[in-house]
Amino acid sequence: MAILINELSRIIVQGFTGEKATFHSQRMLEYHGTKVVGGVTPGKGGQTHIGLPVFNTVKDAVDAVYPDASIIFVPAAFCADAIMEAADAGIKLVCCITDGIPAQDMMMVKRYLRRYPKEKRTTLVGPNCAGLISPGKCMLGIMPGHIYMPGKVGLVTRSGTLGYEAASQMKELGIGVSSSIGIGGDPINGSSFLDILALFEKDPETEAVMMIGEIGGPQEAEAAHWVKLHMTKPVIGYVAGLTAPKGRRMGHAGAIISAFGDTAAEKAEIMRALGLHVAPSPSELGQAVAEALAQKPARKRTVTR
Amino acid sequence: MDIHEYQAKELLANFGVAIPRGGVAYSAEQAVYRAAEIGGNRWAVKAQIHSGARGKAGGIKLCTTEDEVRKAATELLGKRLVTHQTGPEGKVVHRLYVEAAVPIERELYIGFVLDRKSERIMLVAHPHGGMEIEEIAKSEPGTILRQQMEPAVGMQSFQAREIAFGLGIPAGSVNRMVTTLMGCHRAFRDLDATMVEINPMVLTGDGQLLALDAKMAFDDNALFRRPSVSELRDHAEEDPREAQATENGLNYVALDGEIGCIINGAGLAMATMDMIKHAGGAPANFLDVGGGASPERVAMAFKLVLQDRKVGAMLVNIFAGINRCDWVAKGVVQAVEEVGVKVPLVVRLAGTNVEEGRKIIAESGLPIIAAESLADAADKVVAAWKQAKK
Repeated sequence: MAILINELSRIIVQGFTGEKATFHSQRMLEYHGTKVVGGVTPGKGGQTHIGLPVFNTVKDAVDAVYPDASIIFVPAAFCADAIMEAADAGIKLVCCITDGIPAQDMMMVKRYLRRYPKEKRTTLVGPNCAGLISPGKCMLGIMPGHIYMPGKVGLVTRSGTLGYEAASQMKELGIGVSSSIGIGGDPINGSSFLDILALFEKDPETEAVMMIGEIGGPQEAEAAHWVKLHMTKPVIGYVAGLTAPKGRRMGHAGAIISAFGDTAAEKAEIMRALGLHVAPSPSELGQAVAEALAQKPARKRTVTR
Repeated sequence: MDIHEYQAKELLANFGVAIPRGGVAYSAEQAVYRAAEIGGNRWAVKAQIHSGARGKAGGIKLCTTEDEVRKAATELLGKRLVTHQTGPEGKVVHRLYVEAAVPIERELYIGFVLDRKSERIMLVAHPHGGMEIEEIAKSEPGTILRQQMEPAVGMQSFQAREIAFGLGIPAGSVNRMVTTLMGCHRAFRDLDATMVEINPMVLTGDGQLLALDAKMAFDDNALFRRPSVSELRDHAEEDPREAQATENGLNYVALDGEIGCIINGAGLAMATMDMIKHAGGAPANFLDVGGGASPERVAMAFKLVLQDRKVGAMLVNIFAGINRCDWVAKGVVQAVEEVGVKVPLVVRLAGTNVEEGRKIIAESGLPIIAAESLADAADKVVAAWKQAKK
């Protein structure tokens, strides 16, 4: 099963003929035959690129190759437009890799996505993320596919490389991943921790979830509250940035301590208080998952809606 | 990106926000000239540094004669001001703003922020200005007024009126308040700001509303389309190493510790710093070399980290995804040979082609301490740092 993407997913690439998009499209095609079925570069419609058709618009691509998902590599200044174009063409899942999108553009994009009724609404993952992978089935992203072992633990992270660290620690202990979702390091992102946890909760193939957050913003705490109320599967958390000073941006646009509850220590404490397993250090991410799995079934649903 | 008070006031004035008469000065002579230009017999001479709480640090002086203005300006220019926002090293004053001091009837707080929870622009207001909003939020959270802006249509007048009446503004001044708030919102939206704060906004005896202090911050990701804002950057306010890093596409933040770090990816960088703390050390910096980690970028990163004299040991932690460890290892060896690293260096490589990478480090003949895992790397760098300190 996995979440969001599987072996049947048909993918188009927006900004297809660019250097990075070309490189990563090839990597995706090589990963267990991920079905990249074409791409969009305005003005290059009708051409063929790495053996696949190029279209001028997302709508043209939808009419010709029936994609379920799109991955965006266009420059930051044009990302909001690209995401809205994909949503308007009815693409169900859009993953935006690009870093550096203005926060107000994301505000507009999120507002735009809400104009569609829930059942037709696009799920946006990212921006500023490493993408998604359902190990052994499909890759919609830029991660090194071989570090993920197929399995039953869902992974949701803000950071790309810290997610790789977690996946490889898990692999070393023989723990596999059902799907790994990078939600990105921006202050306003498409899917939140909570959105992804809800999908993992419904996925019969996922038995536990690891969620790796960082300083800044309310999403980790929100997700932890939701876990307490609605989640039956064990959740293992970690929040990076214990040494980060207040008011300084730590690389990611969203990684900044500006309000109460933004620090790593506060977020980890909230997670612990709400019954999540919290990894004591980033070198024990895999170990913490192993321990949580050994304890399973850890908790029953406390409140049913 | 932050800007100075006088720059924020000039920008906001263009959007209809009323400000006291004032002008910037770079010398005592200019300050006196500004005071004469403004007229009257009461002026505030204000140090321009990127920090709040300047008054408490002695950065704002009230003057009643031109001689006092000259004296205040002479004293402030070149002075190092320390506030809780500047850190212990403080910031040197290079510019002053001379402003007409106005008779104050009431002080109010007005702030616009990008609210991450609602993912909207939010207006925050409080009937008592002058205090920091963080303190108010702690002491009397129930008294803060808020309005969220719908992104499709922006702020509406009724929202501004609700705030104005909520703050208890006299009926005769409500329209002025509405103009001010609408102007701040337009400035926020049209200039891609992340913060607009007027604290205090003052109500004068004759019913005027003036921005006595103003602070604006901008979205770095949007500067490409705001050249007029980029022009306001004051390089003297920035850490030279951080500025140099930005120019080279690296992300560097100077910190208090003594263990220098080079890591790829912001999250892994923060996690590695956590590990250093866990092992009993403290990081000297945050540095994300980015996904590429090419030999040139790694060399540049080494140079930056080693410019910090207090660095007593270094840790390189690279999780090679798309690029391979052998390639990253070559970059590290090349950088160490080129830059000359005199402090203990621990390198941890993980990911694609890790064995080849470790072999290159081992065979380089350089005194590099190899580490296997994140925990191993942190333990080894802290041990090496303690050893070197003896």
